[in-house]
Amino acid sequence: MKTFAELNFPGRLVAVEGLDGSGKSTQIYLLKRWLEAEGIKVYFSEWNSSELVKSATSKGKKRELLTPTTFSLIHATDFADRYERHLLPLLRAGYIVLCDRYVFTAFARDVVRGCPPEWVRGNYSFAAQPDLTLFFKTDLEVSLNRILEGRPKLKFFEAGMDLRLSSDPYESFRVFQGRILEQYLAMSSEFNFVVMDANLHVEKQQVLVRKLVSERIELKKFKRRSPLPLPPAHPVGEKLVEVEEDTAV
Amino acid sequence: MSPGSPPQPNCRRFYGHGIPGVRLEELTGRLIVVEGADGSGRSTQIARLVDWLETNGHATVQVGLKRSTLVSSELEKAQEGNILSRTTLGLFYATDFADQLENIILPALRAGFIVLSDRYIYTLMARDMVRGMDEAWLKNLYGIAPEPDAVFYLSVEPEELVQRNLAKKATLDYWESGMDLGLSRDMFDSFIKYQTAIQSVFQSLQKTYNFNIVDANRSMDSVTRELRKKIGALLNEK
Repeated sequence: MKTFAELNFPGRLVAVEGLDGSGKSTQIYLLKRWLEAEGIKVYFSEWNSSELVKSATSKGKKRELLTPTTFSLIHATDFADRYERHLLPLLRAGYIVLCDRYVFTAFARDVVRGCPPEWVRGNYSFAAQPDLTLFFKTDLEVSLNRILEGRPKLKFFEAGMDLRLSSDPYESFRVFQGRILEQYLAMSSEFNFVVMDANLHVEKQQVLVRKLVSERIELKKFKRRSPLPLPPAHPVGEKLVEVEEDTAV
Repeated sequence: MSPGSPPQPNCRRFYGHGIPGVRLEELTGRLIVVEGADGSGRSTQIARLVDWLETNGHATVQVGLKRSTLVSSELEKAQEGNILSRTTLGLFYATDFADQLENIILPALRAGFIVLSDRYIYTLMARDMVRGMDEAWLKNLYGIAPEPDAVFYLSVEPEELVQRNLAKKATLDYWESGMDLGLSRDMFDSFIKYQTAIQSVFQSLQKTYNFNIVDANRSMDSVTRELRKKIGALLNEK
């Protein structure tokens, strides 16, 4: 897997990975705000967000139609759509692209669901390696508590109920997240994850994130010729800690 | 073929990694694939095979592309707008195939049915290969598919296909003409070029997947006779 820099793209891709509740979405949002304020060409893309594929994913999840194989394929379709229509052209145009989850999410989740690892990796082999992948590592209990303390209603697939690990959604979610964490840790060195201590304070983590990004990427090369007005912040009340798959259902 | 003879157990295999949790020895039915372009007579031949098989006491199920509950309507919409890039379209079709494979084909094979598949992974692979997708990537992707008991490719000269399509609908289909490829702005030319390219991919796939190429330039009846003879032999063997 080559990085976008190694493939001579003018743009750079930064991805964040981690369990639900690891705080990665908050960190990448704050990174985006900073880069925008610096007048840098930046684009943010979220896992499972392609408009086109959304209605199929949503139907599949609501009606529990998905098997490990179709779950994997429909997320690969979503990723390919964003990759080909947004990420690649933006990277050609010299943007810094920020991805909340990248192919590693599929490598971890789909394998936990029982798909053969070589098959999943092969399907995503059209995707290049991020120039920087930040893995937000929390203690399993910390991320579980962040998600579960509000006693949210966990959806069927997000709790891993399709794996029949337990008839209790909370227990199922715990076991499922634990297995995903094992998969992440097993691939960490293979894909050059930079492991972030996600038990630290939000502000401390963000200082580290910004430092890392400016060390790895020569940011001044990515400035707009004429700065754009700063886009609005998150809408008031929008939750930053959320369970990923909620967004599609 | 002896009426009502049950299919015999066979050695089935997946083309690649397969589907997690599926036990191949349970798939006791038969999987028969009919491939070919629009206008090659696929649907007519399948309808005739169904009549013949059912008359002889075999239970049948029919499947085809873009018929899944999961994504068929979304796929239809995406094609109308022609907004998908090639990897995305390839994966979307694979999702549609996988949904039908797991929900229709595999259960029917477990129940001992004869599954008649109106096109299979070969058309999907050929379309993507003509669009420049990597063959190894496609083979991995479609490694979920079980190897059929027989594949018949109804081969018709592109010039004859044009005549049949125009006689039937007085127009040529955008996708069957490969208009997205920009081979020619003239639909007639594009159709001939695209179908020629697809056929040469099928010939290259034939070596790997060992399917029967049936000369379908002939009359419907002679094609039916050939298919019955070959399928009859398949059902009686062992």
